[in-house]
Amino acid sequence: MSENTLFIAENPNGKPADASLVVGLGDLVLTPDMPTSAGSKMLAGFKSLFPARVAERLQAAGHHIAGKVNIGEFGFDFLGETSWFGPVTNGSGSLTTAAAQLLAATSVDAVVGLDVNGTEARAAALAGQVHVKPTYGCVSRFGTVAIACSGETVDITARSAETAQRILDALAGHDDADGTSLPESECARVTSDGFDQAATAGEVFAAPVAHVKVARGLADTADDDTKRLLDAALDALRAEGVAVSDTAPATDELLKVASTAWNILMCAELCNNVNRFEGMKYGYQAEKCQSIDELYTRSRTEAFGALTKTAILYGSEVLAADNYDRCYDKALRIRRLVSDAIANELAGSATSGEAAGQTAIILPACAKRSYSCDDVEANPYLVFDENRFTAPAAISGLPAVVAGGVQVIGAPFSDVALLRLGDVLASAVSAGKEA
Amino acid sequence: MTAYETVIGLEVHVELATKSKIFCSCENGSDAEPNTHVCPACCGMPGMLPVANRQVVNLGMTAGMMLNCDINRTTTFDKKSYYYPDLPASYQTTQWFAPVAVNGCVTIDTPNGPKDIRIKQIHMEEDAGKLVHDNLTFTTLVDFNRTSVPLIEIVSQPDLRNADEVEAYLERLRTLLRFAKVSSARMEKGTMRADVNLSVRPAGSDELGVRTEMKNMASIAAIRRAIEYETARHIDAIENGTEELVQETRGWNDDAGQSFSMRTKETAGDYRYFPDPNIMPVVIDDEWYDRIRASLPELPEAKRERYMTEVGLSDYDADMLVQSRAFCDCFEGAVEAGAAPKDAANWIITNCAGVLNKRGMTSDELPVPGNALGQLIALVNDGKLSSANGKRLLETLFDLSETEEGIPDDVAALADAEGLLNSSDTGALEAVVAAVIAADPETAQAYRDGREKALNPLFGACMKELKGKCDTQVLRELLISELMKS
Repeated sequence: MSENTLFIAENPNGKPADASLVVGLGDLVLTPDMPTSAGSKMLAGFKSLFPARVAERLQAAGHHIAGKVNIGEFGFDFLGETSWFGPVTNGSGSLTTAAAQLLAATSVDAVVGLDVNGTEARAAALAGQVHVKPTYGCVSRFGTVAIACSGETVDITARSAETAQRILDALAGHDDADGTSLPESECARVTSDGFDQAATAGEVFAAPVAHVKVARGLADTADDDTKRLLDAALDALRAEGVAVSDTAPATDELLKVASTAWNILMCAELCNNVNRFEGMKYGYQAEKCQSIDELYTRSRTEAFGALTKTAILYGSEVLAADNYDRCYDKALRIRRLVSDAIANELAGSATSGEAAGQTAIILPACAKRSYSCDDVEANPYLVFDENRFTAPAAISGLPAVVAGGVQVIGAPFSDVALLRLGDVLASAVSAGKEA
Repeated sequence: MTAYETVIGLEVHVELATKSKIFCSCENGSDAEPNTHVCPACCGMPGMLPVANRQVVNLGMTAGMMLNCDINRTTTFDKKSYYYPDLPASYQTTQWFAPVAVNGCVTIDTPNGPKDIRIKQIHMEEDAGKLVHDNLTFTTLVDFNRTSVPLIEIVSQPDLRNADEVEAYLERLRTLLRFAKVSSARMEKGTMRADVNLSVRPAGSDELGVRTEMKNMASIAAIRRAIEYETARHIDAIENGTEELVQETRGWNDDAGQSFSMRTKETAGDYRYFPDPNIMPVVIDDEWYDRIRASLPELPEAKRERYMTEVGLSDYDADMLVQSRAFCDCFEGAVEAGAAPKDAANWIITNCAGVLNKRGMTSDELPVPGNALGQLIALVNDGKLSSANGKRLLETLFDLSETEEGIPDDVAALADAEGLLNSSDTGALEAVVAAVIAADPETAQAYRDGREKALNPLFGACMKELKGKCDTQVLRELLISELMKS
């Protein structure tokens, strides 16, 4: 099954000579001139009537869209392994995503996709690349195939923090077509220009990260190699004058249940959002059906993969009238508690009298340093457990940056500060490798 | 023999009179050519996100206030999942957890005096599309013009007891919603539809019987027949055990005069409601609330009272005017422009209503602003416009209201441009009169000999010659004096 399909479609228009950066688009990002399959047999060959806002903004900024990048079905799996076009492995045979492999092995500068459940954050952590999940509401989701709207954001993977920032500069901005889009003045805070202006004005979100708190409860659930990597990152940060401490135990407890709550919210929203793919209007349609119920049932049975079906069943269950209060509604409450707990951690140091600047939380992005196809095949639902590292950012809508193999989460609009910290982390890791 | 009481609650769907749909900018006009008022959003295409139409919330609040409800200051939109070919995204966006308005009340007249019907809630939601079945080719086509058309659903408590009360309640809702310009509320056009929840119990009992719901009733007459049929069916089942009553949704076949089972509670779907994360909760601040409160119209009863006591209209005229908000607006505008109330009322009730009727329009669709009617009436009263030409001018105003330019501010200039004004050239008038008398000396003599009716053919001949453009009173006097002169 592994054909290592990186692009499911390449841009038929060719690359202009004066193109700035070469960018791949994750396959949940709609394009009218190339198909958008969402990694699913259900949507194989589907062409949108309109482009995603981020595709328009990339082109308006002079960047070239190289093609549509292979992803796992509906973009919420572990490392893209559920793609209808097959999983992708790297040079040493480990599981990776098409986006990470494009950056590792081709001249593509960045991949812009939709971060539903941390897939590309994990891939970037494993491949030593930079990944940013911007502050929720700063980049329009218009024209992305909706999966788990309350937490998903457009994301960027690049080889360097600088490139990721250039792409984010092009993408951030208000969009009337997205009701969750923030006002232009707030979107501008995650661009380099807007951030630097705010820094000059002395605004807190634009201060450099001077303090990182280790989410110890989560970090300790990772393997020894991952913990060593985190320790090396902390050493590098200390060397740069960044203060290091641990998050409060109460916060640790909440961060550990963020994944359970996110799985409920994500599966419920996914279940509802993919309801529209019922064999009638888009993509795959089962043949020779005798009734509309049979058409719905067989089309979905034949076209959806196992992980999607699991999410649909789980999502249906947590939304059932009898379960709503104790599952979905409780997950919404946990979302609030987790968000408040993180906000408290991030605000705490402003008055702590330590080095001037803002606080970020640091934690791994996944539990191991590599995964084989066998690892995931042996536990196809690994993602619902190991997303414990990415769920806190997904559930809270806070910006998160992966660099040098570790993840930092910051306050709203700290994207630029996190990417600049990511620059330090990335060079520390590469220096460590050389040493 | 046990006496039974019918207990009825209504869910009334009302199509809101907005320019665009509830979550996209498509035109709100479902009777256009199929699938012409559609976009990727209301077709449920992947990638589209809903953006809530503020005017829908305005009208939802207005309806809530008209029906004496409490307004939820934070109101949310929720997703309701089910599969049906007319529902493009396989979910309907509605309000489940925090509807815009709750705990209202509508007062109706009954033979036993006024009665309050409690309103449980009013929620805003989008309509689904329309399936068109072709029985010749055994195919079904879908028209998405109606998807995402904004609706409110008005849910009453089970406070209604018979078809008369249901009719009074629906008529009261219709009047209030039309007066507040929330909806055209026309059952025959499908902009108002009712689901009837009905149960039967022994008179005097506090417990509710098994409830059945009849969906999408589209006329008051059909609702009357359905209530009669269902009541009899329930009583028959209770008395004679003809069938076991189950909580279910039933359809009404008006041709057959029978209801039929659609789905029972056991097979009813679980709609898996949850808040739509793409639509931020709508927070209604004091400024917004006060603005809608201030925009509410005077109620028809208050207007009627005022027209009679303050303005001095007859109760007949007042009754006729308060049938329609457009009539009232036109009347008040005409009076403000200087028309005598009685004249303004007459022109609306007789002439405007006549033109509306001729054109197949309802009284709510009166397109003539009061100011224009006021000017028209002044022209007629000042003898500058004959009453026949006044009616022609009224038709012209109706015609112009359908054009892009609309009705001009200066109606006198319009009448002049249309050549409808009376001739002010008395010399020309005298010449015509002289010519008519000269052309028919026998009739002229007959008049002089005392046959008063002989004036009529002479008068008619003058009017024909003048093409109606004269002050008839002036003409009559001139004609008589010329006749008596010679």
